[in-house]
Amino acid sequence: MKIVVCIKQVPDTNEIKIDPLKGTLMRDGVPSILNPDDANALEAALQLKEEYPGSTVSVVTMGPAQAKYALRECLAMGANDAYLLSSRAFGGADTCATSTTVAAGIKKIGDFDIIFAGRQAIDGDTAQVGPQVAQRLGLPIATYVQGIREIREKSVIIERMLEDGYEILDVQRPCVLTAVKELNKPRYMTVIGIEQAYQKEITVWDEVDLELDPADCGHNASPTKVFRSFTPPPKGAGEMLDGTVNEMAQSLVNKLFDTHVLQKGQ
Amino acid sequence: MQLAEKYELMRKLARDFATTELTPEILDQVEDTGIFPKDIQKKMADTGFYGIKVPVKYGGQGSDHLAYAITIEEFARVSAVGSLYVNSPNSLGGMPILIAGTEEQKMKYLKPMVQGEIVIPFGLTEPGGGSDAGGVRSTAKKDGDYYILNGRKTFITMAPFADYSVIYANTDPAKGAKSMTAFIVDMKLPGVSLGKEEQKLGLVGCATSDIILEDVRVHKDDILGEIGSGFKDAMKVLDVGRIGVAAQSLGVAQACLDEAIKYSKERKQFGKYLCEHQAIAFMLADMATKVKAARELVYDAAVTKDTGGNSTLASSMAKYYASEICNEVAAKALQIHGGYGFVRGFKIERLYRDCRVFTIYEGTSQVQQMVISSQILGK
Repeated sequence: MKIVVCIKQVPDTNEIKIDPLKGTLMRDGVPSILNPDDANALEAALQLKEEYPGSTVSVVTMGPAQAKYALRECLAMGANDAYLLSSRAFGGADTCATSTTVAAGIKKIGDFDIIFAGRQAIDGDTAQVGPQVAQRLGLPIATYVQGIREIREKSVIIERMLEDGYEILDVQRPCVLTAVKELNKPRYMTVIGIEQAYQKEITVWDEVDLELDPADCGHNASPTKVFRSFTPPPKGAGEMLDGTVNEMAQSLVNKLFDTHVLQKGQ
Repeated sequence: MQLAEKYELMRKLARDFATTELTPEILDQVEDTGIFPKDIQKKMADTGFYGIKVPVKYGGQGSDHLAYAITIEEFARVSAVGSLYVNSPNSLGGMPILIAGTEEQKMKYLKPMVQGEIVIPFGLTEPGGGSDAGGVRSTAKKDGDYYILNGRKTFITMAPFADYSVIYANTDPAKGAKSMTAFIVDMKLPGVSLGKEEQKLGLVGCATSDIILEDVRVHKDDILGEIGSGFKDAMKVLDVGRIGVAAQSLGVAQACLDEAIKYSKERKQFGKYLCEHQAIAFMLADMATKVKAARELVYDAAVTKDTGGNSTLASSMAKYYASEICNEVAAKALQIHGGYGFVRGFKIERLYRDCRVFTIYEGTSQVQQMVISSQILGK
């Protein structure tokens, strides 16, 4: 089986602070990490590789040169090879342009059975690139995959997480599956894995290698325009009422009248 | 020191592992029971931490001393006793065999050790010989294809759960250390017994005891290295070991600094946070500077070892300085915690106890001064 995993290097949002004056994100000095859902996607791929000897796992990402670090982490966890789609022409891409580039990269890797991606990245939280890649490659997709039950000859049986349960789907291969954190617990790298990851070459492709028109890449091909970004004002602290149930109810009603949420006579 | 990107990934691995597995709850449990969980030891071995710089053909990971030092540092930052488990097979456990063992011995003992299947401690110290390592009194008397070992080894880390032990003994008492020879002794052999488990001030969770040898028959195939090469080989082992203890000291010192900074931003006295009092802020400045200096020495010793320089001098300097400042930083960090630092429950209390041995084991600070001075004076 040939498995491709789409990953993204993201700023560790736990470490991001907001500039109290400008209200913007302070990205300086924030460490970059492998997007958490993507680690689950990779783990699922590595488990299949172990289960089906002879399988390979390739990881692919679009990003600047420093995204190689995240790819090395994937190699150190056990991926066979890594591809970085990198070019000035890819800069400023929204999800629409990103998925064009990623789909072209996967097409060039070729001959895949399953493409995994994380559900969404913690920086943008859009959850769009996985489905868009499937659309561009003309493949079926199952999002929110929380379990892989069985690999059949031409399909894969998966569990898809819903708000109040899950559904079981039989998805034709090749297909795109996006992973949620419930799918598995990503493994650690190994020391020898890190050593070997730095002995491997990471393949770098630009728009020429991918035979893409620069007009279809990056900022040029991004319909999303950010009008303004701002930090919502923090919510004030809640107020705790005390007393008996009746007293608390009375005091609540009084407050609602005071703030004109309720009108007298209603 | 600017580190190559590979080492940042090594640091990330060790930090992720240590913080995920060695939770405060687990560490409290280790402190209470004196037992370090077996499943975590197995995970450590599976992740490759037991054979960081051991060649791949002997089951190791084929990395280097800098990766080893960074890994130990990150473990020690979370748990000193945890770092001891990672350190041992990389250091005093594995090195005697890697340095002096035959191919067969490496496959038979080193490989399963770095894969976490067996434990082999380092049996050099004796009741009468600590810093004076040449003062070993244990004897090994030839008897055909066997040697009859007699003697007592003391403060042997991990002895209570060891499968084998490397034992240093003199084949000719008249020649003393010149006849010192290393043997791999099966702990199940008749005549091998253990002393009482020591009740230690720190590093609780990694048992230490004496090993007693009474007419133990060891086959000559289990001699490690040459007859009479034991002392020289043991000193080579300690050269590497010192980088490990230096890295442990660095990690614990960093942890003490982290705790002190955190506490100084939480605790108010005289209407101000502790860190806003200049007396405390300046203490923190001193601590941070010393930790930084120790880090440079530790990494320098590791890189010197990796690049074939004089690692004896570099690792003694690193061990001496890092272990001394670790105790100083721990004492200051505890001082900043005030009374809370003196009671169980705050991490600083454990760190303070754990680091006390760093200036003692694997060569006291005074022994390091002897090594450093003889190196620089060309003795």
